[in-house]
Amino acid sequence: MLDISVAYNRYKFLGDEFLTWLWFSMEKDRNRFITPDKEPFLIEIGNRIVLENRINDTVESITIKGDDAGLEEGILSLKKGALVTELNLIYKVGNQEWKFSIKGENLSFSGLKHPDIGVFESDDQVEGLVLEKLFLFEKVSNIIDALFKIFINIRLQPEWKADFIPAINKWIQSGLKN
Amino acid sequence: MGLLSSSVSITRYKVVGKLEEPVIEAVTQGLKKNILREIDEDETEKASGWTSFNNPFKPDFTGSSFLIGTHFVFSLRIDKKSIPSKIIQKYYILETSKKLAENNREFLSRNEKKLIREHVINTLSLRIPATPKIYDLVWNYEKNYLWFFSNLKTANEELETFFSKTFKLTLIRLFPYTMAELSCSLSDADRDLLLKISPAEFTR
Repeated sequence: MLDISVAYNRYKFLGDEFLTWLWFSMEKDRNRFITPDKEPFLIEIGNRIVLENRINDTVESITIKGDDAGLEEGILSLKKGALVTELNLIYKVGNQEWKFSIKGENLSFSGLKHPDIGVFESDDQVEGLVLEKLFLFEKVSNIIDALFKIFINIRLQPEWKADFIPAINKWIQSGLKN
Repeated sequence: MGLLSSSVSITRYKVVGKLEEPVIEAVTQGLKKNILREIDEDETEKASGWTSFNNPFKPDFTGSSFLIGTHFVFSLRIDKKSIPSKIIQKYYILETSKKLAENNREFLSRNEKKLIREHVINTLSLRIPATPKIYDLVWNYEKNYLWFFSNLKTANEELETFFSKTFKLTLIRLFPYTMAELSCSLSDADRDLLLKISPAEFTR
């Protein structure tokens, strides 16, 4: 395995590509999404997306935020060569809903909110509360791991260049509505 | 934004290595040896240490109180005294003037000025309490993972160093490369490909 600090910088692009692929897949290739326990689920873009275009030594950054924000400018940014560097996501299983943001560079979670759980009023109930929260955090951790695994398995195969890059390019060029 | 907050941040780690048996005793001893030491009564400017998740200002690790289900749950506490630079400057000028007057001199040497500044910081450190920052963590020993409830770079670096010092185990932060290496069941051929890949160009 590579030195960790070297690998962190060397493979930042991989997380950005993952988020860009995830957006494409949410729009065009949802059938690929399968949870480890085969549970039906929905994942969609939430209220924030950040894109960056690195040209030589300069970085152009576009942030789109708002609950009903249009994503056309994101597509425009992709057309110019940007990648998604941060994505706010909504993950739904049955009537449960998680919201969180994830950064491409490190795939860590921020602003993670899990579905409502019962009210715990006394200190004696803290253990139960912690276990319940951990169970819910694990669900979202597992889904990101599962999606990343799907992505890596595609990314390392010839079909990435042969099929996926052209498909993503076609999606970008045709815009969101096609 | 700790574990019990309505909105959390999580940095995920893989834990490499095994503790001596019995594991719970090894964790207890590690936590007790590296418990947070209060610095309000001395000149120390910064301290890091482990504290209890449910009682961070009165840590107690007896009776496996850090064990919840199959998880170890405790917190990293980083106490730091932040003295505003203008307060340091005020007392530095006062002390410098006093020294010049006492010795009937017009200038102080560089070394004397340095000693005065250190004295001022030490004296103020005794009067200003440390600001505590508490970061919860969950360690699943059986599954070799740890979740740290902060994405702050400094807090994560402190965790990595302090965890390694305490338990003699290595934390590997999960990010795209390490997730691919450690969590995606890659074959040797795929690992070779991973080493060779370069950024894709979607629109060219």
